[in-house]
Amino acid sequence: MRYLEIVSFVKDPEYDWPGLCQRLGQTFRMTVQLTWPTLDLEFAYNPARGQYLSTAMLSKLLEIRNPAATKSLGITDLDLFIPILTYVFGEAQLGGTVAVVSGHRLRPSFYGLPDDRDLRQERLIKEAVHELGHTFGLLHCPNQLCVLASSTYAENIDNKGTEFCAHCQGLINDALANPQTWPRP
Amino acid sequence: MNRKYRILVVDDEFSVRDSLAKWLIEEGYDVETAEDAEAALKTFDAGMWDIVLLDIKMPGMDGLELQKRLHEVDPDLIVIMITAYASVNTAVQALKNGAFDYVAKPFDPDELCHLIKKALRQKSLTEENVRLRERVERLAGRAEIIGDSPNMKKVLELADTVADTDATVLIRGESGTGKELVARAIHARSNRRYFSLVPINCGALPENLLETELFGHERGAFTGAQYHRKGKLEMADGGTLFLDEIGTISMKTQLDLLRVIETKEFCRLGSDKPKKVDFRVVCATNRNLEQAVAEGDFREDFYYRINVFAIHLPPLREREGDIPLLARHFVTKYANAMGKEALASSPEALDLLSSHRWPGNVRELQNAIERAMVVAQEGVIRPTDLPFQLTSQRLDQPGDTLAAVECRHIQAILDRTGWNISRSAEVLGLDRATIYNKIKKYNLRN
Repeated sequence: MRYLEIVSFVKDPEYDWPGLCQRLGQTFRMTVQLTWPTLDLEFAYNPARGQYLSTAMLSKLLEIRNPAATKSLGITDLDLFIPILTYVFGEAQLGGTVAVVSGHRLRPSFYGLPDDRDLRQERLIKEAVHELGHTFGLLHCPNQLCVLASSTYAENIDNKGTEFCAHCQGLINDALANPQTWPRP
Repeated sequence: MNRKYRILVVDDEFSVRDSLAKWLIEEGYDVETAEDAEAALKTFDAGMWDIVLLDIKMPGMDGLELQKRLHEVDPDLIVIMITAYASVNTAVQALKNGAFDYVAKPFDPDELCHLIKKALRQKSLTEENVRLRERVERLAGRAEIIGDSPNMKKVLELADTVADTDATVLIRGESGTGKELVARAIHARSNRRYFSLVPINCGALPENLLETELFGHERGAFTGAQYHRKGKLEMADGGTLFLDEIGTISMKTQLDLLRVIETKEFCRLGSDKPKKVDFRVVCATNRNLEQAVAEGDFREDFYYRINVFAIHLPPLREREGDIPLLARHFVTKYANAMGKEALASSPEALDLLSSHRWPGNVRELQNAIERAMVVAQEGVIRPTDLPFQLTSQRLDQPGDTLAAVECRHIQAILDRTGWNISRSAEVLGLDRATIYNKIKKYNLRN
């Protein structure tokens, strides 16, 4: 049975975990299991930048994930980066099995604004769908309303929708209908 | 994007190379990576690349040297240097060496995204520019000046000689000899070819209107001037101003134009602000300007100013050998335009075309062929398909009887009027009854 594993590295009561699981389950038409492993993430810390290397977190996810899961999504509140960029909201294995999303820069308070739980939740859902979309082999979409549109700022995330555009939805449908094309766990 | 752009990432640090490649792939680019200059040169040789992202500091051959090598192979290649903050000076050196831009690691995702899009837009504009220039060159080489006769070859030689200079050219020749085509050929072969050739027929406009057309006007310059308007002098800036039928312009306009040609400055009508312009002047006339000067109809100083380099276009009757070539050219042209097969001309039709005096020159021949293309049947142009003036002129042979000439003439007029008896009677100066009698007598048919 196909299922999506959400590996949460935060026990933040501010997040609506059941809501997130429900949305992802509907979007990718699979059951969702939420886990909270006990793991020290300092291995990914880069003192020079004061940030966490998302690529290292993907590698760790590959180690600790349940091999029976179809896809595994890590969720953290740490500030993520990749070597060439100042920050990332998340990273995924393109056409692979793991992805990671950070809520660090999704909080309005990060930009000096009053916190807004609903807004943060919506941004998290969008980024989670976005990164999981990459694990199905989808690239960034030129349609700015599609959830797979590239987002470099939080405002970009707010501008796009929570759904795939018709084209990307077609690609996701094809991928879901042909599990033999997925990478082996 | 229509096609996947190809980007080569060259960086000795695996993590940089890898993360940059992944990020670019997610953005939809086709990406390859190389860890050093040697690998980069191999990968570069093996494919076509739109952009190279190049780290400046690498062991062995550094990014600056590699950039030079890559530009030796492809001078138009877009290279974006990747650098650490500490080596911004080196990045500036790279810019001097022809790099498109540089980004300091780590960069803002938006910054790189915009930089790459900007680079690709420039690449696409450069390529479009090259394509358009090639098209202009092709069109220039294909100017419709057809002619193999010695005097036409001489004209083309003169046009070639003067094209590259900025000298004012006076093209002389009878109406219909192709003066504008020669003006276009001169412009197309000149250094001004990427700007406009702006023609104005001075003979077609009354003096006031000609001035407005040439100089433009400001809003309110005269009644009805609701908006300001650019004149031909401004439109020709950078290019060539072609003044056709220069012999017809008034003395006042000659004086105004003389001033503009001398100073390269003019004012729009209704304005006292001089505007600088830079254009080349090519004039054309079928008038005897020397006689006009002698008679006081044309300013002598203006005549000498425009007659710096004169080209005389021979009338068609003096280049009889070009007639079959021209006829073939127009047959092909109208066949394409009408969506027909190109017709052959019968030997009799060619003979007729060659013996005609062509007072209207090439324009008359062009019209004759166009008409023939419309009426010709069975895939061949015959003498009867040519306009009646030619037919009658050719068929009136010495020794014909008066009755034979009358018969042909009446037939021709009837054909020309579409067998309108009243109009034919009017043209021939006969009454309708006489026309009917002649039709019966000569057994004429529509």
